Amino acid sequence: MATQIVQQNWKKSYTRARLVPGLLLIGAGLLILLLFGLRLESGQQATFGLTPIGDTNVVPVPDLVLSVQPAIYILVIITVFLGAWQLARGIRSTGALIGIVAFCFVAAFLIWATKGQSMNLVGMLNTSLVRATPIALAALCGVICERSAVVNIAIEGIMLMSAQAAVVAATLTHNLYIGLLAAILMGSIVSALHAVLVIRFKVDQIISGVAINIFGTGATSFIASRFLEKNIDLLNNSGIFPIVSIPLLSKIPILGPVLFENTPIVYLTIFLVIALYVLLFYTPWGLRTRAVGEHPKAADTLGINVYLTRYVNVILGGVIAGIGGAYFTIGSVGRFDQIMTAGKGFIGLAAMIFGNYHPVGAFAASLIFGFADSLQVKMQILRIPIPTEFLQMAPYIVTMIVLAGVVGRVHPPAADGQPYEKQ
Amino acid sequence: MKGRTTPKNAAQAAGPKMAPESSNKPSFSRKIIQTLLIPVLAVFTGLVIGAVVIVITDATVIAAYRNFFHAPLEALLATGQAIITAYGALFSGSLGSPVEIYQGIVAYFTTGDGKPLLLAIYPFTESLATVTPYIFAGLAVALAFKCGLFNIGAEGQFFMGALASAFVGYSLKGVPWFIHLPLALLAGALAGAIWGAIPGYLKAVAGAHEVVNCIMMNYVAFRLSDWLLNGPMKAPGYRPLTPVIQASAMLPRFFPEPLRFNWGFILALAVAGLVYWLLFKTTLGMEIRAVGSNPDGARYAGINVVRNFVMVMAMSGALAGLAGASQVLGIDHWVGQGFSAGYGFDSIAVAMLGQSHPFGVVLAALLFGTLRSGATRMQSMAGIPIDIISIIQGLVIIFVAAPAVIRWIYRIRVARTEATVLTRGWGK
Repeated sequence: MATQIVQQNWKKSYTRARLVPGLLLIGAGLLILLLFGLRLESGQQATFGLTPIGDTNVVPVPDLVLSVQPAIYILVIITVFLGAWQLARGIRSTGALIGIVAFCFVAAFLIWATKGQSMNLVGMLNTSLVRATPIALAALCGVICERSAVVNIAIEGIMLMSAQAAVVAATLTHNLYIGLLAAILMGSIVSALHAVLVIRFKVDQIISGVAINIFGTGATSFIASRFLEKNIDLLNNSGIFPIVSIPLLSKIPILGPVLFENTPIVYLTIFLVIALYVLLFYTPWGLRTRAVGEHPKAADTLGINVYLTRYVNVILGGVIAGIGGAYFTIGSVGRFDQIMTAGKGFIGLAAMIFGNYHPVGAFAASLIFGFADSLQVKMQILRIPIPTEFLQMAPYIVTMIVLAGVVGRVHPPAADGQPYEKQ
Repeated sequence: MKGRTTPKNAAQAAGPKMAPESSNKPSFSRKIIQTLLIPVLAVFTGLVIGAVVIVITDATVIAAYRNFFHAPLEALLATGQAIITAYGALFSGSLGSPVEIYQGIVAYFTTGDGKPLLLAIYPFTESLATVTPYIFAGLAVALAFKCGLFNIGAEGQFFMGALASAFVGYSLKGVPWFIHLPLALLAGALAGAIWGAIPGYLKAVAGAHEVVNCIMMNYVAFRLSDWLLNGPMKAPGYRPLTPVIQASAMLPRFFPEPLRFNWGFILALAVAGLVYWLLFKTTLGMEIRAVGSNPDGARYAGINVVRNFVMVMAMSGALAGLAGASQVLGIDHWVGQGFSAGYGFDSIAVAMLGQSHPFGVVLAALLFGTLRSGATRMQSMAGIPIDIISIIQGLVIIFVAAPAVIRWIYRIRVARTEATVLTRGWGK
């Protein structure tokens, strides 16, 4: 009797677990049809440039020309088919499912937006990577800190202060690399402050982060008003890092210009993602970090110095956030504007949660945000009827949807947010 | 030992032996001093550090210190001058210059002309007018703190409340004030409540941490307001602002132009009293505080934690929305871009300084509002950027959150009390 009831309950939840994604998928397909598939003139074409404009280095690839109507219908059919499959048989990997649906949706959107016009796809992908860089660096900083169970909301403030330090140092010394060094130094100092407050004084981690953000915004704006605005050539005009092409790899069609023709900071970011992945999961340091994050007391009994690990991690995070801050000034516009980080630090935190506290996942999530960012600029150029402000809202709303666990549950380290008391 | 000793050496004498649950309960006045000591010292230290920042970034002072060994007195004089100019401007900008007030009173009683007196007390009334939204917003954050939630979305809720009340204010015509004004206020509170309830709901149902969600809602609010102010809600003309609201929706002012002090301040005090009554004299308030101090224990006691989260975030959002509404209906009478400009973060400082207690929040709001109001004058008179206030605020928050720092600086030994837990980590 009892086993019968258990089996019935299990079946009910199993069917519901299959029903909801399936219906959502079919719904998504219908949505694509509704939003993009109606009122299409047959014979319209969308042209996607696959070679960057004016780039003679890369092997030229002919443009991708799609007929709008059939392309969108195909995407709708794919989505609905997947939805039906999910209902009937169930698909194991929800992640892959959501990925495919998201791809179809975005592809349909792009095709619809580009109908009758042309758009350089490779250029947009490159812009996505570049715009994702600060978000990715913020996310990586978050990953290091949170893996050892220190919540670091101060990333925004750290990046802002590092940005200012970078541009001032670079302008004074006429050397961009010294600017980068200054940014790293400032990042480590501020994050060390956060570490001391949180580990030694056991201040609530979120409050400490918010306080540093407020202080950072105020201090940088104060210095900008007092000094930078009056002495632009002396303090606020650093120039930017040049784009460096990696000799052979940048000739690869499509991927080459996207990945291998960037500024040093972008290369540094990709390197850091891989390095952090290896360090966190394949070295003793990484194991200690994760142990401290999951169960500090157990780690302590094994002789791991919990406090030292957290200090080191937060300061390393500060180094990474410093590089992220440097991107804004010496990697992008060459001067400091007040409050120029515009929430990228917080979006980086969201990317970290989206990526399930994993360096590669966080990087992938940052790419999505970077893509959304470059998308809204392109959409303004393509003159589609949606107001730009709504497109600008898209990354934030996507973040909230993700955080709501629609894309599966995320698992923060177990001891996240709790100060450690050595007994 | 009991009655004669001063608070300080009684604490020192009773020092390590004094446990929170001992029968030696501190007297009421000693409790007040203990509660006030850290915040007061925090603000004082913040102002001192602010003075240091002002001095070391002042061009004339830097020039004077270059010749320090030749003319040390000059350098010190320059330092003193810089501080006096800066904080003097702050004082006269926030409270008015005593000389001018005296002259104004004399003028009023001799010639019957009230204008000089009005102009003299303008800074003071302006400070009170600035304090009003701080009281509301501080109450919003404090209420959330009491439930263990961090409402960092006060900025967005402020903005949405302002837009909603402005909309009701300018679109309804020919409605008597006793319907129009409450309706506009209600619209503001409702908009803020919705804006706050969304992160609260997401936290309650999905465990998503409200800090990042609130921050996202802030940015969504900014973009939404950008669109509204350039589109549907735009007044005829070039600038992105709403039309001026009808006179029947304006909060009445006490004095003639140019003074802007209005009934919003009284309303804010009343709402503070209301929040006090809610938190400390009702069952709901007790539930909120129980969830705040120990969610698991509260759940064990049968309190619906999920419902409390949503309700408290909604109430908190409503208060922040009222802050925006009071600013529009009482002071500006229209909404423009960049309207809220930092009320969200300031209110965090206010709530923390006020120890999340409604009356503390009122006092802290008085302080911060006055500082802000004076800082604009300080910027125009002494040329010191208004961001110095953000610096001082950040420092004050750190000092209040880490009282050990203050205690270490001033060598205070205060009896150890239960540390207040303000928020929790991610995803709980």
